[in-house]
Amino acid sequence: MRYLTARKRAEGKGPSHTGTEHHWHMQVSAVGLAFLVPLFIFIFGSALGGTYEEVIATFSRPIPAILTALVIFVGLQHFSKGAQMMIEDYAHGTTRKALIMFVIGLSYALTAVGLFALAKIAL
Amino acid sequence: MVQLTLPKNSRIRTGKTWPKPEGATNIRKFSIYRWNPDDGENPRVDSYFLDMDKCGPMVLDALIKIKNEIDPTLTFRRSCREGICGSCAMNIDGINTLACIYGMDEIKGDVKIYPLPHLEVVKDLIPDLTHFYAQHASIMPWLETKTNRPAKEWRQSIEDRKKLDGLYECVMCASCSTSCPSYWWNGDQYLGPAALLHAYRWIIDSRDEATGERLDQLEDPFKLYRCHTIMNCAKTCPKGLNPAKAIAEIKKMMVNRVV
Repeated sequence: MRYLTARKRAEGKGPSHTGTEHHWHMQVSAVGLAFLVPLFIFIFGSALGGTYEEVIATFSRPIPAILTALVIFVGLQHFSKGAQMMIEDYAHGTTRKALIMFVIGLSYALTAVGLFALAKIAL
Repeated sequence: MVQLTLPKNSRIRTGKTWPKPEGATNIRKFSIYRWNPDDGENPRVDSYFLDMDKCGPMVLDALIKIKNEIDPTLTFRRSCREGICGSCAMNIDGINTLACIYGMDEIKGDVKIYPLPHLEVVKDLIPDLTHFYAQHASIMPWLETKTNRPAKEWRQSIEDRKKLDGLYECVMCASCSTSCPSYWWNGDQYLGPAALLHAYRWIIDSRDEATGERLDQLEDPFKLYRCHTIMNCAKTCPKGLNPAKAIAEIKKMMVNRVV
């Protein structure tokens, strides 16, 4: 039992003066993905059902390859920020910190794997 | 922190069923949450029956009738009876609202009444609003000025005054904050829709000279940015206000400061 006043509990540690950058980043990446994802689905859909050589040829072209790279990078950055927000909602304390570290690490790892795979196909 | 199950001592049990009024033909059942901190028992839901031909139209009328004529131990807050004081906020038929302006004709079947969700209960339908009020106080709900006080009054144009419409009407009933999942999970840090609506009311007041300080005080991933535009606040507000819009406006102002 801690004898804290209601006002002290409400104030907590005070504002961290952060959060706007995170919010703005989510807005920017959401708008970006609103354009990128439909284009990617169109290109992915056109390659779907093709032979191995046809798919390789599609993703070797500059625009599909760059678009795919952007979808991987922007999408996983958006995922990382969004998942962080979700974790902050539902987890507290050390669990929260550990899960955020895991999600950020996972996003970077998936970005690296995706870009490496794309480079192997495109180059 | 998310709680998926209630603690053992908070699980609700079936309570007492009070007798039906004799000779009545237009009877309605009221299931009401009861909890007394002094008896050490779990919360329960008591059932009451009222003759609707002898009862006023609002839920608060029924509660007052139950307290006056059936069970004087039933405890709830009330004062103005006309949606101005915000005292009688409770969860009625699954909706956080004011009992005094919620008509029983809007409810189908039995009337189920619980205290506002996810707040500690003081007794029966009375939630503990200490933290909620402290959060409101933390946003400095008053006019902050640096210029010397004018001889008469702080003047405001008609256009600037109009910007306060839809904000100043908030009666701090806590219906919105207690309908917000973000406030349920992180109410210790997240200010909630009511406090943020009031914060915005002072931020956009043309007479206030502490806009920057007010925004500084709100810039935090938890105090402000826990709002995910779920919109429960706007849906439930018994005064028809839109706290979610006010919060979005604050976020826009935050972005405009840096971009």
